[in-house]
Amino acid sequence: MVLDDPSARSPQAKSDAPWHHDAKKEDLKHIGKPIRKVDARSKVSGLTKFADDLSMPRMLHMKLLRSTRAHAEIVSIDTAKAAALPGVKGVLTGKDMPIPFGILPVSQDEHALCQDLVRFVGDPVVAIAATEEEAAWDACRLVDVQYRERRTIGGVHEAADHPEPRLHDYGVRGNIHRLENLEFGDLAAGFQKAEHVREDTFFFEGNTHLPMEQHATLAHFDKDGKLTVWSSTQTPHYLHRALARVLAPLPAHHIRVVAIQNGGGFGGKSDPFNHEICAAKMSMLTGRPVKIALTREEVFWCHRGRHPVLMRSKVGVTKTGRITALDFHSYLDGGAYGSYGTASTFYTGALQTVTYAVENYHFRGARFFTNKAPCGPKRGHGTPQPRFALEVQLDKIACDLGLDPARIRLDNLAPRDSLTANFLRIGSMGLGTCIEKVVAGSRWKERRGKKERTADGRIRGLGLACSSYLSGAGLPIYWNGLPHSGVQLKLDRSGLVTAFCGSTDIGQGSDSVLGWIIGEVLGIDPLGIKVVTSDTDLTPVDLGSYSSRVTVMTGNAAMQAAERARDILAKGVAEKLGVPANRLVFADEKVFDAEDPKKGMTFQEAVVCTEAKFGTIGTVGSYTPPATAAKFRGGGVGPSPSYSYSAAVVEVEVDPETGVYRVPHVWMAHDIGRALNAAVAMGQIEGSVYMGLGEAMMEEMAYRDRSHKGHRVFVHKIPSLLEYKSPSALEMPTVTTYVVEDPDKNGPFGAKEVGQGPLLPMMPAVANAIFDAVGVRVDEIPCSFEKVFAALQAKDKRYGPSLGADGVPTVDFGDSLKIKTPWQGGDGTAWNEPKREKKAAK
Amino acid sequence: MTDVKKVLATFLVNGEPHEVAFAPHKTLLEVLREEMNLTGTKHGCELGECGACTVQVDGTPILSCLSLAVDAVGKDVRTVEGLAKGSELTPLQHCFADLGAAQCGYCTPGVLMAADALLSCNKSPTRDEIKQALAGNLCRCTGYLKIFEAVELAAARMRGEKAQPSKESIHGS
Ligand code: FES
Ligand code: FES
Repeated sequence: MVLDDPSARSPQAKSDAPWHHDAKKEDLKHIGKPIRKVDARSKVSGLTKFADDLSMPRMLHMKLLRSTRAHAEIVSIDTAKAAALPGVKGVLTGKDMPIPFGILPVSQDEHALCQDLVRFVGDPVVAIAATEEEAAWDACRLVDVQYRERRTIGGVHEAADHPEPRLHDYGVRGNIHRLENLEFGDLAAGFQKAEHVREDTFFFEGNTHLPMEQHATLAHFDKDGKLTVWSSTQTPHYLHRALARVLAPLPAHHIRVVAIQNGGGFGGKSDPFNHEICAAKMSMLTGRPVKIALTREEVFWCHRGRHPVLMRSKVGVTKTGRITALDFHSYLDGGAYGSYGTASTFYTGALQTVTYAVENYHFRGARFFTNKAPCGPKRGHGTPQPRFALEVQLDKIACDLGLDPARIRLDNLAPRDSLTANFLRIGSMGLGTCIEKVVAGSRWKERRGKKERTADGRIRGLGLACSSYLSGAGLPIYWNGLPHSGVQLKLDRSGLVTAFCGSTDIGQGSDSVLGWIIGEVLGIDPLGIKVVTSDTDLTPVDLGSYSSRVTVMTGNAAMQAAERARDILAKGVAEKLGVPANRLVFADEKVFDAEDPKKGMTFQEAVVCTEAKFGTIGTVGSYTPPATAAKFRGGGVGPSPSYSYSAAVVEVEVDPETGVYRVPHVWMAHDIGRALNAAVAMGQIEGSVYMGLGEAMMEEMAYRDRSHKGHRVFVHKIPSLLEYKSPSALEMPTVTTYVVEDPDKNGPFGAKEVGQGPLLPMMPAVANAIFDAVGVRVDEIPCSFEKVFAALQAKDKRYGPSLGADGVPTVDFGDSLKIKTPWQGGDGTAWNEPKREKKAAK
Repeated sequence: MTDVKKVLATFLVNGEPHEVAFAPHKTLLEVLREEMNLTGTKHGCELGECGACTVQVDGTPILSCLSLAVDAVGKDVRTVEGLAKGSELTPLQHCFADLGAAQCGYCTPGVLMAADALLSCNKSPTRDEIKQALAGNLCRCTGYLKIFEAVELAAARMRGEKAQPSKESIHGS
């Protein structure tokens, strides 16, 4: 298949390179087909190795002693008895690792072990390694830590009201970590134009990733002075950087991080973690391999999951429902550390405009430090909470105005190939098609509002909601001008193609993405390609498996490397056959003349004759996303090469007496640009429906406020798989899935994100469906049976945070950054922003 | 804890005898993974809550994290490593691979052992029977649907039918 003229290709990685979004389906041999994943056989045979499956001779087992206090100064740590226990080989405390780290350069606020302060129950204080796991546990119990308790901060209101004691000595002020205040367009004018205004408050409780695999790490500092860390991480490159920082002066190039297959991540393995750094340090201390496998309870303490977010939203619309102004406030309960929180805060205000054209928009976001496990990125990162608010509010507006909730959305759709009020660049946009699909499939028009009774007396309702998500963040986590993804190909004279890439397979199939794309370009079987990934010694940097970036970024880098390989092979073959290179076709493991298909050779022969001509064959490809249009401070969060779109209709059956409900059927349409693999894309969509349903109905990372000797201690209410309710096989509804393909010019073969977007509409669609069934509004997630019951009992038929003065914390957001919208002639900068110092791009 | 006297016993696992010395309080999960290096069996909680550690003992699926290893002595233990015949996968494994019923693959060994036990006593399980049989196996990736479909497809193929996955389950509606 010759897709374009290679001589026209720029030699550099360019974000505007042609990624063949317009390739015709029928011309594609592998893309879009339900081919097995490259590792499918090992996975169904129990042969895939996860971090805790590794062991080495002389390996020690490490355990962490974690804080039992929510907020306290460490007065003293006595480890003498522990160190003397038979079998104990190493003990570490905070003073052994004084350098702070953190995923974002702006919040390097964590330590591998606490220094002088513990900030939540579960904060690690001491690490102990022993020859047997049980000895390490026993030794932990022998450590004596003396604490001096401090006042605890339990939530956003408390954090706003109590600037002291501060959890951290950085941030905006008091216990406010971040404040954002961005104004796009003219809000007052927008509300003036509005013919109907609604103001509501919403609350989205935190919840957690709950990967089936508990985090585990094996570290080995060998006798040559090189450190290798095998870990269940989604971001080996960032872990590599954190290790180099904390373990200095050990040079970064003496550190090797291997991200071993993750047993599920969902964002929960994207931060560099204490246990990873401690294992490395412990191996350096003892000279032996060291392994730590977290218990399920510890996974709850690591968390970095969904932030609890309180929101106030005011929307102005015309009487036909067109949005003229949106004034949105979010208050995030960040937990004890920064983590990705700065980005999470911006994300609560970023993507509303990507689904619906919002003419004037004011976003204010505040993130607070509290004495709970740190929050961070979970599937959808910061966007499910505001999405819930917006989609429920649109439903209410439709109801106020007597409009069809599907119609009001269709009328507000953001146009394709446009810039939003906050300067996000939309490319392909299939949301309209998505809405039409689920509306038709669910027979929305006939069945909505009918309050049909089921045989057991429940009332049926349908709810609709939409969403959008990024295909990877437009900017890296730390400032640099380097590619976001790199791929190297090695072509062997046996005909083997080996792809090296830093991307990390967390179950979503990123290893296979490499195979499918390279196989398509070179005309060879994807399952015959050898994929070597996520090893910082062997593979070029890829930033990791987060923000749904792999398909587009790794995919484009793979495509570039493969096309360069094809160009070289074409040169070799052209000469041998005496045929112009641009007439050669690569397909079915062969390279042949398009005009005379009998004239050709096998792929392997092509490699051999090219190697004979040019020497060893290897190529590279890399990808950097397009420059963003948003140039104001904070504009770095939200831009993406492309956006996926989803629409869902959820059917519920509610018992009007008790509030107990079930979800029998979900219709989900997802615009993913193009499915690189049909079956795998379906799996991502169904998995999102499942996880969204869990968040909608039951999942919550809730804390108990316990007193301990007169001090409050926040203890996770339910740190176990049984008590943290998540849907089992029994709760999973029937799902009718529509894969909508609106190819985007920035994606490989037009592909966009799959796997995060369809989670988002589930929560509002469930809440909207409950309203359709029994006429009550639950403005809070999870929308548990108890809350539906409470709403049924309430006078105003509503459950949720109050709209009154006590509804949201009192925070002075300061002056807003004022940005003219594109339709006001804005250029993406804030006209009142003080001049920023230009950071040097390294 | 650490100076407990070990016991010596022979286990029959996947049809092969394994003689191991282990502390008598060790669970079957620990002995399989740590003493026999059969790491295909996973753990998600070690508290009997997730099903990742499911193995078969005398054909019945059990949670190996809740079973003492000593209780399995003299019984027929089967783990995920024992499913394939040589290098040939079972129909169930093939169907899991084809439909993408294993995403991260961490719950998969446990799910496979539970589903295999179901299929050995029920040649034509209904969707509800499959759900019941797998209700104790949590999966965070797949949303279970591809797992259900893979079990149904494998059942059909094991009955000798030339079944294919439905178009909707692969390409959507
Ligand atoms: S490990 Fe979770 S049930 Fe056994
Ligand atoms: S496939 Fe990942 S938990 Fe089931």
